[in-house]
Amino acid sequence: MQASATLLQERRLGETLRRDRWWAAPLSVALGLALFGGYATWAIFQGTNYFADPYLSPFYSPCLSSSCPGEVRLLGFDWWRFSPAVLIMWVILGFRGTCYYYRKAYYRAYFIDPPACAVGEHRGHRYQGETAFPLILQNSHRYFILPSLIILGFLWYDTLRAFLFSDGFGIGVGTLILLVNVVLLSGYAFGCHSLRHLAGGGVDCFSCARFGGARYRLWRGVSFLNRKHALWAWVSLIVVCLTDLYVRLVASGVVSDPRIL
Amino acid sequence: MAERVFRVFRGTRERGELVDYRVEASEGMVVLDALHSIQARQAPDLAVRWNCKAGKCGSCSAEVNGSPRLTCMTRVDDFPANEPITVTPMQAFPVIKDLVTDVSWNYEVARRIPPFRARSPDFPDGSWRIYPYEVERAQEFRKCIECFLCQDVCHVLRTHGKHAEFMGPAFLVRAAAYETHPLDVEERSSYLKDEGGIGYCNITKCCTEVCPESIQITDNAIIPLKERVVTRHYDPLLKLVRRIARH
Ligand code: SF4
Ligand code: SF4
Ligand code: FES
Ligand code: FES
Repeated sequence: MQASATLLQERRLGETLRRDRWWAAPLSVALGLALFGGYATWAIFQGTNYFADPYLSPFYSPCLSSSCPGEVRLLGFDWWRFSPAVLIMWVILGFRGTCYYYRKAYYRAYFIDPPACAVGEHRGHRYQGETAFPLILQNSHRYFILPSLIILGFLWYDTLRAFLFSDGFGIGVGTLILLVNVVLLSGYAFGCHSLRHLAGGGVDCFSCARFGGARYRLWRGVSFLNRKHALWAWVSLIVVCLTDLYVRLVASGVVSDPRIL
Repeated sequence: MAERVFRVFRGTRERGELVDYRVEASEGMVVLDALHSIQARQAPDLAVRWNCKAGKCGSCSAEVNGSPRLTCMTRVDDFPANEPITVTPMQAFPVIKDLVTDVSWNYEVARRIPPFRARSPDFPDGSWRIYPYEVERAQEFRKCIECFLCQDVCHVLRTHGKHAEFMGPAFLVRAAAYETHPLDVEERSSYLKDEGGIGYCNITKCCTEVCPESIQITDNAIIPLKERVVTRHYDPLLKLVRRIARH
C-alpha cells in the first residue's frame, strides 16, 4: 500500500484510519439536539396549554404577558401579542447556546469542526475558531448566568406552588415531575464553567484573597457539579421537555394528573 | 498465541508506505513490544522512539489505528484479532523517519510562555506561606509527561495547521500550571489571547480524550484560562469598572 507521510493526513471530510464507529457520537448528538431543540421551539411558540393548575410549564415561567392565566401572571404586558414564553426564551437560548458543553456538542455535530477526533474535516487556514466574529461572541456566556438564575428562582417557586392544590397541600405526579426538573436544571446551572470562574476559579491565592475561604468552598462546590456538566446538560434538557409535555397533556385533558397525596 | 499483522508506516517526509509485518502475539503484549519484535527480527532499520516502556516518559507517541496513543500503553488484544493493526507517526509534526517525528516546535512554544514569577516573599527569611489545598489545582497539570498526543490530535494544529498562531493544549496546560499557582503573579492573559491564540481552541475536547495522564485539559486548564482572558479582555462591564477604578 503506497502512502507518503503527508498522504497519511486526513484531507477529506470523514477520512481517517480509525476503524471504530466514530460517527455514532456526533450523529446521536445531532439527532438529539434536533429532537429536543425542535420540541422546545415548538412548545415555546404554542402559547396555549402551558398551565394546568397548580402546574406551570417551565418554558413559560415567569409568565409576563396579559394573556397569562391570573394565577401565574407576574406582569401583564398587554402590548405583547405572541406566546409569553417568547419573552423569556432569549435567556434560555443564550445560556444553553453559549454553554461550553453545548458549544462542543454543536461544533462537532453540526459544524463538523471536527466531527470526531483524528477524523478529517474541511481543511485550510481559513479556520478562525472563536477568535473572530461571530463566534467571539461566545465569550458573553457569563452575562446569561444572572438572568438564568433568576428564572431558576421562579422555577423553584413554581415547584413549591405545585404542592398547593385547590383543596390544600398535596402531591401529584406533576408535582414530582416539576421537582425533578428543577433539581436537574439547578445541577446544570450551578455547574457552569463561567460560574466556576466567578466563584473562585479566577483566584490564584485563596489564602490571600478577600473572602478566600468562602470562595474556595464555593469553587469546590461548583467544580463538583461541573465534573459531569455534559450529563447535567443532556438530562436537564430532556426532562425540561418532558415536563412541558406532561403539563401540556394535562392542560389539554389528554391525561389526568394522578394525585399521590 | 496467534499471529497478528502490523501495518507500519515506513518512510520519510517525502515518501513512504505502509508495510505489513507478521508478529507472534504474546500474552499482555503492547504495540511497542510488537514494534521491537519487528525491529529485532524483520526490519532492524525501523525507527521508533521510546524510553521507559511504562507510560511515563512520553516518547513512544504514535497513532494506532488512526488514534493518537502511547504505543507502550496500548495493548494488542484491545483490537479485533482478525484485523491488521495500523501504526503511523503523529500527523501534526513532520516525520523524520518511520514512526519518529520532529517535535522540536513544541520546545519553542514552551520557551515563549511567560515564565513563573513568584510574589515577593511573605517573611524576612525569603520564604512564603502556602497551603496544600491551594496548590492542589496546579498539581493536576504537573502530571503532564509531554507526550504531545494532545497537540497531535488537536484539529487546530492537525487539520488547520495553525502552528504559528496557536500554542496547543499541552502548553495551555503548562500555562494553567503557572497561572493557578498561589505564588505566581505574572499576567498571562494578553499572551494567551494574542500569541498563544487560545481563541482558536473551540473546546471540542479531543485533547482531553487522548491524554494518557487523564488531565482534564479542556475543563480544568483551557476553559478556566479562557475565562481569565474574558475577564481581562472581553468583558465590557469589567473593563468599565477597571477604568473607573483607575480614575
Ligand atoms: S479542546 Fe481545544 S485544544 Fe483541545 S483538541 Fe479541541 S480545539 Fe484543540
Ligand atoms: S497534557 Fe496529556 S496528552 Fe498533552 S502532552 Fe501532557 S500528558 Fe501528553
Ligand atoms: S458552561 Fe455550560 S452552562 Fe455555563
Ligand atoms: S516509552 Fe515512555 S511513555 Fe511509552
